[in-house]
Amino acid sequence: MARFAASWKSAVLCIAVGVLLLIFLPSVIDDFTLIQVTIYLVMSMLAVSLGFIWGFGGILCFGQAAFFGLGAYTYAISVVNIGDSSVPFLLSIVVPAVFAALLGYVIFYGRLSDVYMGVITLTVTLILFNLVNSTAGPEWKIGNAPLGGFNGIPAIPPLNWPGNIDETITPRGMFNLSLGLLIVVYAGLRALISSRIGHVIVAIKENEQRAQLLGYDPRAYKLFVFTLGGAIAGLAGCLFANWGSFTSPTVFGLAQSAQIIIWVIVGGLGTLVGPVVGCMLIQWLTTQIGTQQTFNSNLVLGAILVLFVLLVPKGLVPSIGLLLGRVGLRRPRPERRSGAKPAALAEEHQA
Amino acid sequence: MDLAVIVIIQVLYGIATLVIVSAGLAVIFGMMKVINLAHGEFMMLGAYATLGALKLGINLWVAIFVAAPLVVGLIGVVLERLVIRRLYGRMIDTMLATWGLSLLLVGIVTSVFGNTTAGISTPLGSFTVGAYSVSVYTLLIIAVAVALGLALRAVLLKTQLGLIARGTMQNPAMADALGISPSRVYMVTFAVGAALSGLAGGLLAPLTGVVPTMGGAFIAKTFITVIGGGPAILAGLVGASTFFGAINQIAAFLTTPVFGEVALLLAAIVMLRLLPQGITGRFFKGSM
Repeated sequence: MARFAASWKSAVLCIAVGVLLLIFLPSVIDDFTLIQVTIYLVMSMLAVSLGFIWGFGGILCFGQAAFFGLGAYTYAISVVNIGDSSVPFLLSIVVPAVFAALLGYVIFYGRLSDVYMGVITLTVTLILFNLVNSTAGPEWKIGNAPLGGFNGIPAIPPLNWPGNIDETITPRGMFNLSLGLLIVVYAGLRALISSRIGHVIVAIKENEQRAQLLGYDPRAYKLFVFTLGGAIAGLAGCLFANWGSFTSPTVFGLAQSAQIIIWVIVGGLGTLVGPVVGCMLIQWLTTQIGTQQTFNSNLVLGAILVLFVLLVPKGLVPSIGLLLGRVGLRRPRPERRSGAKPAALAEEHQA
Repeated sequence: MDLAVIVIIQVLYGIATLVIVSAGLAVIFGMMKVINLAHGEFMMLGAYATLGALKLGINLWVAIFVAAPLVVGLIGVVLERLVIRRLYGRMIDTMLATWGLSLLLVGIVTSVFGNTTAGISTPLGSFTVGAYSVSVYTLLIIAVAVALGLALRAVLLKTQLGLIARGTMQNPAMADALGISPSRVYMVTFAVGAALSGLAGGLLAPLTGVVPTMGGAFIAKTFITVIGGGPAILAGLVGASTFFGAINQIAAFLTTPVFGEVALLLAAIVMLRLLPQGITGRFFKGSM
């Protein structure tokens, strides 16, 4: 199973499922559900960004929401000022990436350990939250865009075809764009992970010192992974701002950061599909809780996080994979069993 | 002149608040290397315990200094036995599990008490310095912070209990061989840390108002203080509180409270870049 997860077949399978959904889902479900699914997809991209830097780069970032929020705010502010959405779209990727690079430089080149990393990323998120939250007055504006403080920025102009401001994106187009970009991000990350650079990244996660002794600079690789994660989270933020034409400081909030971590933990660390699965499940669950009003959603999310850390630390996708693998191993296949073990160990973290 | 007195009182108050809210976390992190992300929620529980005790007709001071630490300490014991105990040595997993606990506690309290702010009126009244008015409670907070620091030091250095605790943290296997159960020591240490957080919650309840989500406001500050303090629990706690508390209050005085907080967090990031081991990793080495 581990071998299958690491092979190109699983990547093709996932991409094929994605493309099929892209083509057929809009004709099967109604528009309201389609819009719901779109936000799931946007959040899935955010989940993938953390799943990548945490599961493959070994960087536990408690502040992935910071890049997400920065992406949303960058898009909102620049599109209000510029009008045409092409440059804002790019900016919403570049600004969070640059921010991640600066932050990553402080962290990795300062050789701060995991715990400090977690605390610093958390702190940065809270700084952004506090800052943006306190910009409610009319004196706080960038160009023509008032920041709005805790009220957020309403009525953000949607994406349009490059050069043609009047031709804005439809809900259907938003779905296509979100799923399309998710597939592209997934395929790109899979390609990166199976490349030479990707192998070094995973090697550093497994044993930083050994990788360093072999002549690789862990700091540079980690910085690269972190920056890429920031860029993807920024892209998700841009899509989020488009989805609801609205963004508020809660995108920087602790609750948002916690949710991202829960998605990845539940879905499974060390895979790229896992975070998507976890994100969809948890989002669906929160929506259900929200409509039924019997339980407090914090209570359920907290319980899920504690239970998963204690009982299913690998997450759903790898655990199901292991179960299937165990069933598969019952069949007599001696030639596979003897040869597969070291490879399986080495490739366990790839999917 | 009056202004100077007020500023000094405010700076001292800022430092004292940091000492009080971070003490519980400092004990749990410093002794056990467990990052307790539910620390803010322990404080919140302390505030609710105080509120509950008040409603039962218990004296305010008994509620703050006895009921809050006691209730939260007991909750700490239960959570340690149920969750934390299984995760010792797995720092990241503990962080995640305690984050889950923090959400869980917020959820439970919201379900039980509702998402409303309950206030406790600030006791003791106020006195005036020239044209300014200062709450006596502010002075009490400063006094409690000093007492807390001295008490922690005394317990850790002068008592059998402190000796056992420090020994177990340094070498659990050796302590085990000498007939001390490390598991029990961990449990008691965690309970003490939780009780200190509860006390902090009780003390701050009259100042901040009591809401299920009140813990979130403290989490970043306390972490920065404890992490910035470095390996020595007490010296680190006092040193980092002084440094960050002063920066926070002075920046807040010059601009707005929000920027005071931002200045604190920024100072922390710069400081961790310069002193990755925290203040006591470089200075006051070997102190307690």
